[in-house]
Amino acid sequence: MKRSITLNVNGEGRSVDVEPNETLLEVLRERLGIKSPKIGCERGDCGSCTVLLDGRSVRSCLILAVELDGHEIVTIEGLSKNGLTELQQAFIDNNSFQCGFCAPGIMLAATELLARNPSPTEDEVKEAISGNLCRCTGYEPIVKAVLEVSGKGGGRQNG
Amino acid sequence: MPIAHEFEYAKPETIEEAVGILDKHGSGAQVLAGGTDIVPGLRDGLMKPGLVVDIKGIAGLAGIEHRGNVLRVGALATFTDLIESELVQERVPLLYEMAMTVASVGVRNRATITGNICSAVPSCDSGPVLLVHDASIDVTGPDGKRVIPIAEWFTGPKTTALGSAEIVTSVSLPVPQGDHGAAYVKLGRYRGEDLAQASVAVLALPDNEYRVAFGAVAPTPVCAPGIEKLLRGKVIDDALIDDAKKLVAKETAPIADIRASREYREHMLPIMLERGLRAAAARLGGKGPQYGATLI
Ligand code: FES
Ligand code: FES
Repeated sequence: MKRSITLNVNGEGRSVDVEPNETLLEVLRERLGIKSPKIGCERGDCGSCTVLLDGRSVRSCLILAVELDGHEIVTIEGLSKNGLTELQQAFIDNNSFQCGFCAPGIMLAATELLARNPSPTEDEVKEAISGNLCRCTGYEPIVKAVLEVSGKGGGRQNG
Repeated sequence: MPIAHEFEYAKPETIEEAVGILDKHGSGAQVLAGGTDIVPGLRDGLMKPGLVVDIKGIAGLAGIEHRGNVLRVGALATFTDLIESELVQERVPLLYEMAMTVASVGVRNRATITGNICSAVPSCDSGPVLLVHDASIDVTGPDGKRVIPIAEWFTGPKTTALGSAEIVTSVSLPVPQGDHGAAYVKLGRYRGEDLAQASVAVLALPDNEYRVAFGAVAPTPVCAPGIEKLLRGKVIDDALIDDAKKLVAKETAPIADIRASREYREHMLPIMLERGLRAAAARLGGKGPQYGATLI
C-alpha cells in the first residue's frame, strides 16, 4: 500500500507517495529527479549512493523511503545551491576525480567529516572515505583536496 | 535493481503495540531498525516478510546511559552513537574500539549494535566484545520482559534465542569496576565495508583476570574458557603467551569461505591473540596503543 511521505530535500518540502519497498535512492532519482546519488552496488559497499540524512552521511540504497517521513536530505544539488563550497573548489583545483561516479558520495562523506571535525588528519580523512570506492584515481588527489581545506572550515555550506 | 518483494509497513509508537503486531503476524513480520542488513536481505530475496515493523518511532529505545554500574545501550543506538559517546569511551572503551572497525561511516551512522547481534552472522563484530563484557540482552515479548545472557544469545549462524514476537529493547553491559584494559583485533582485507575474516576480543581485569572471545571462527562468536583458565592469576609474559597461543586451535573451528581460507585463519588467530593480550595488558597498566589504533 502506498504511503504519502514528506521530505525536506535540499531545503524544499517534497511530498511523494511511495511503496514500502522503494528505497530512498530510487525515490530521489526516479521520482524527484535528483540524479547525483549514483546506483552502484546497491548493497552498502561502494558509497556512490551517499546522501546526508539529518546531517549524517548514509547509504540511500539501504534505506526505505517510507522510513523517512519528516526527515531532511541533502545531496550535491543542495550543497552547491549558492555556489561551490571551498571543499568542492579544492576537488576541482586538485583534479580529484576522473569519471566522477564516486564524486557525489565522496564529497558528502568529506563534508560530513569536516562539519564534525574541522581539522582532520590524513588518517581521519582516509577513515572517513574508506567506504567510498573510487575506481579511477587511487584516492591521492581526493585525500589531498580534503586536507587542503582541513582547518579552514571548508566543509561549511555556503550561504 | 528495485526490491521485487512487496510488503506492508508499520511504525508502532510503543513497545506494547509493536509486540502486539509481531504476535499477530508471527514469522511473517520483520523488525526494522537501521536497515543495513534488512534492506539487502529484502533485495536479495533472503527475507520475504509480509510486514516490516519499523521500531524507530518507539520512545525509550534510543540513547546510551550509565546507571548503577551498568551501561545500557538502547536498541536504536548506532555504531556512530557508540563512537561519539563519552560514556562509552571512558567506561567501556572496547565498545568504541570495536565500533570503529565496523564497515564505514555511512553504515555506522545507521546500523545498530542490537541489529548486529540480531542478524547474528558468525563474523559480527559486536559478538566477541559483548561476550568478554558479560553483556545481557533486554527483551520484551507477549509475556513481558526477560533478560537473555549473551552467552545464551547466539544459537547458530544467523539464529538467536529471541522469540518471534519479542523485541530487543537494550543491551546492558556491567561496567568493569576499577581499572581495566581491553583490545579488539579484527582481521579484514581492507578498511571500509569488510566483514571480519577473524576477530579476537580481550578484556584484562585487575588481579590478572582475563576474558577472551573470538569471532568468525566458529558457527557463532565464542568465548575461550580454556585460554581464560590458563591465564587466570598469571602475569602476561612471553612464555605464557606462547602457551595461550597453543590453545587457540582447541577453542575455535574456522572454516574456509569467500573471505579467507581455513589455513589462513588458523595461522592468524594465535598472532591476533598475542596482539590482543599484549595491548589489553598494556592498557590495563595505563600504557599501550590508544583505543581505536589498528592492532593488526
Ligand atoms: S549503491 Fe549504495 S553503497 Fe553502493
Ligand atoms: S573518479 Fe571514477 S570512480 Fe572515482
